[in-house]
Amino acid sequence: MEFDFSEDQKQLKDQARRFLEAKSSPKAVRVILEGPEPYDKALWKGLAEMGFMGTAIPEEFGGLGATYLELCVIAEELGRAVAPVPFSSSIFVAAELLMAAGTQAQKETYLPKLASGELIGCLALSEGVGNATPKTIQVQASSGKITGTKLPVLDGLAADFAVVAARTSAGTDAHGISLFIVDLKGAGVSRSDVETIDPTRKQASVTFNGAAGEPLGAAGEGWHILQKVLDRAAVLTAFEQLGGADRALEMARDYALDRMAFGRPIGSFQAVKHMLADMYVSATLARSNCYYGAWALSTDAAELGEAAATSRVCATQAYQHCAKNNIQVHGGMGFTWEFDCHLYYRRSNLLALSLGSLSVWEDKLIDRLRAKNAA
Amino acid sequence: MNFDDTPQEAEFRKSVRAWLDANAPKQFEAGLRNSGFGHTALEGVDVMKASKDWQRKKYDAGWACLHWPKEYGGRGATPIERVIWQQEEGVYASLSSLFIIGHGMCGPTMMAFASEEHKQKFLPPLAAGENIWCQLFSEPAGGSDLAGLRTKAEKDGDDWIINGQKIWTSGAHYSDYGILITRTDPTVPKHKGLTMFFLDMRSPGIEIRPIKQVNGQSGFNEVYFTDVRIPDSQRLGKVGEGWSVSLTTLMNERLSIGAGMPTGFPELLDFCTRLETADGPAIDDRNVRSKLATWAVRTSGLKYTAFRSISALSKGETPGPENSIGKLVAGPTMQEIATFALDLQGEAGALLSPEHAAANARFQAMLLRSPATRVEGGTDEILRNIIAERVLGLPADIRVDKAVPFNQIPTKGR
Ligand SMILES: Cc1cc2nc3c(=O)[nH]c(=O)nc-3n(C[C@H](O)[C@H](O)[C@H](O)COP(=O)(O)OP(=O)(O)OC[C@H]3O[C@@H](n4cnc5c(N)ncnc54)[C@H](O)[C@@H]3O)c2cc1C
Repeated sequence: MEFDFSEDQKQLKDQARRFLEAKSSPKAVRVILEGPEPYDKALWKGLAEMGFMGTAIPEEFGGLGATYLELCVIAEELGRAVAPVPFSSSIFVAAELLMAAGTQAQKETYLPKLASGELIGCLALSEGVGNATPKTIQVQASSGKITGTKLPVLDGLAADFAVVAARTSAGTDAHGISLFIVDLKGAGVSRSDVETIDPTRKQASVTFNGAAGEPLGAAGEGWHILQKVLDRAAVLTAFEQLGGADRALEMARDYALDRMAFGRPIGSFQAVKHMLADMYVSATLARSNCYYGAWALSTDAAELGEAAATSRVCATQAYQHCAKNNIQVHGGMGFTWEFDCHLYYRRSNLLALSLGSLSVWEDKLIDRLRAKNAA
Repeated sequence: MNFDDTPQEAEFRKSVRAWLDANAPKQFEAGLRNSGFGHTALEGVDVMKASKDWQRKKYDAGWACLHWPKEYGGRGATPIERVIWQQEEGVYASLSSLFIIGHGMCGPTMMAFASEEHKQKFLPPLAAGENIWCQLFSEPAGGSDLAGLRTKAEKDGDDWIINGQKIWTSGAHYSDYGILITRTDPTVPKHKGLTMFFLDMRSPGIEIRPIKQVNGQSGFNEVYFTDVRIPDSQRLGKVGEGWSVSLTTLMNERLSIGAGMPTGFPELLDFCTRLETADGPAIDDRNVRSKLATWAVRTSGLKYTAFRSISALSKGETPGPENSIGKLVAGPTMQEIATFALDLQGEAGALLSPEHAAANARFQAMLLRSPATRVEGGTDEILRNIIAERVLGLPADIRVDKAVPFNQIPTKGR
């Protein structure tokens, strides 16, 4: 049994960590937090030069053709550094959608540019309050023209194109949903910044007014394709969450050793020690489940659905748990804009919602465990 | 990243399977499968005899205490081979619960500290299940604070005379031997005045009183010592070094890596799938699903945490500290699961007899046994301390009694 990353993969992880520590420092993250830029362009360029975006994209489409395990370790480091870039939207989701459903021509057009970072893609799914279901999708597509509003669209300001889930036949069922690639800089598209809990990953409201949509995958298959790809993206996002959880735990531990109260380090008080021990437990469970997800993703295992939901639910819980208790351990300092705790608190809560919130993944997990049990 | 055996591991697994297939006590399989945490469903079977027979059979074929050296009754197997055995033995492993303390803790302590003659004499019958051993550590005044123990050992010629009381000694009432930690010097700080022995549980002067537990069973006991004699040759480690000997024992307790500790989740999933409510199967309820999901990921997290450790063993490396979360996650989860399963049963959740209660009363049994998991072998709080201090590197608790001679430590509060 080799239920671990290889030495080469661990080296890649170290390399990614060193790079991100230099280029995605808290100071750099704050530039995006506080400024108008939708993402950190210099960091994006650097990640592209490292070849990170193309990690799991096949060589024939301009990628490195490495395995998903390599992409998992990169995802973990991006999460650890709360990197203010649209990596997950462009690579975990858009590139995966193209690989899953694109024609040869579409793959040739988009994938090399996604791999080089020249193009940024995103997913336009939600339409207001509530998790997206076939029923909530009201954006229409007729004769290739898209009309309606998507809100919020993660990385919608940074992206060059969006994959839009739109209704192609009346009714509320899944077979009425199709996917379209829409140029966000093209005619009939207007987008605006929306205020969110995590401005380090900016989101947009995107309105389509007869914008041209290029079909991605067969008509009526949109929902089905999306579900498959969301499982893959969920594993990668879980690694991002894991990286953040681990870093939040580390910050809390370091602070607990430094900060003195009542004449001793606060890390010597049991209430604090036990809080940190519980954070370690959460992060450890998440790591082990993420490895299961990584195994399933990299081998296209039949268990991928179950493994994806397992890692996603566990990593969401772990990141939220570690990020909020990191603030608690920091006391008043933790609530200041100046300390970095809130970067993790924000990101943990943003990632908990993207790709479907916790309850969506809980449902998927139970459906899948039940089906496995019945088999 | 894979779950595959190496060729040698696969070969080993094959031979384990072949032997189990030909030799396992299949007549007990169904009963063992239906047994739950805190109750056995082996009706009309003498469990002690069935356990001893199975252990003997394994021993004779070289499958007992696999990781022990051959000369002491083991197989000289590697840690990963031991794990493979455990995975394959599966449901039959629950027939070994009588021997867990002996094999997991007393044996390794004897191995490290007993004389060669004693090792030759005592370890093979322990491996064979002929003898059952117990661990006489905890006392009324020394549980989490084990070093606060008061049972006295005083030298008399070549013997030691033991007086005092142990408590919570699992299996003392059916044990043949035990390892015993005592205080030999009350005038030095508490960790320094301790000494370890092993002894015959039938020695004159030992009185064993079973303690009735929350679940009505009596797995553990009070053990009283009145002028019990132990020859000095049965001392384990040096006089005054009992604390470090006990750490060997406890380390072994924590080192055993199974396939992840049970939480009761598969049983609950099954129960919720079958349970019909007014609105359909319980599993369709949003509230039920959310809870199930949390327990599912904890259970799976424990399984894959164990796999990470096994993977390290497979590479010949020492597993990391990740395995330290096992009991701390499994204990409370099992208790939460039992409570929730009863909640789903409404007022009938209170019923305890398998005849009336749902699911063969397994969740009721679980409810009444699970508090013990959070206490035995280190309480949840002690385990959190250990993770905080040894894994995260936080300062140790302040100990006001650490440097004080034992006989000057205050014993009454207020
Ligand atoms: C089913 C069962 C079987 C057992 N079998 C054996 C056996 O075979 N042999 C044997 O020697 N012992 C055995 N024990 C005893 C077991 O090891 C002790 O019960 C355990 O170590 C706790 O000690 P205690 O009962 O004295 O509780 P205490 O130590 O009095 O603890 C009471 C409470 O105080 C908390 N507490 C104590 N110290 C601290 C601290 N420093 N920081 C934070 N909280 C603290 C505990 O967590 C607990 O919640 C068994 C126990 C059980 C339940």
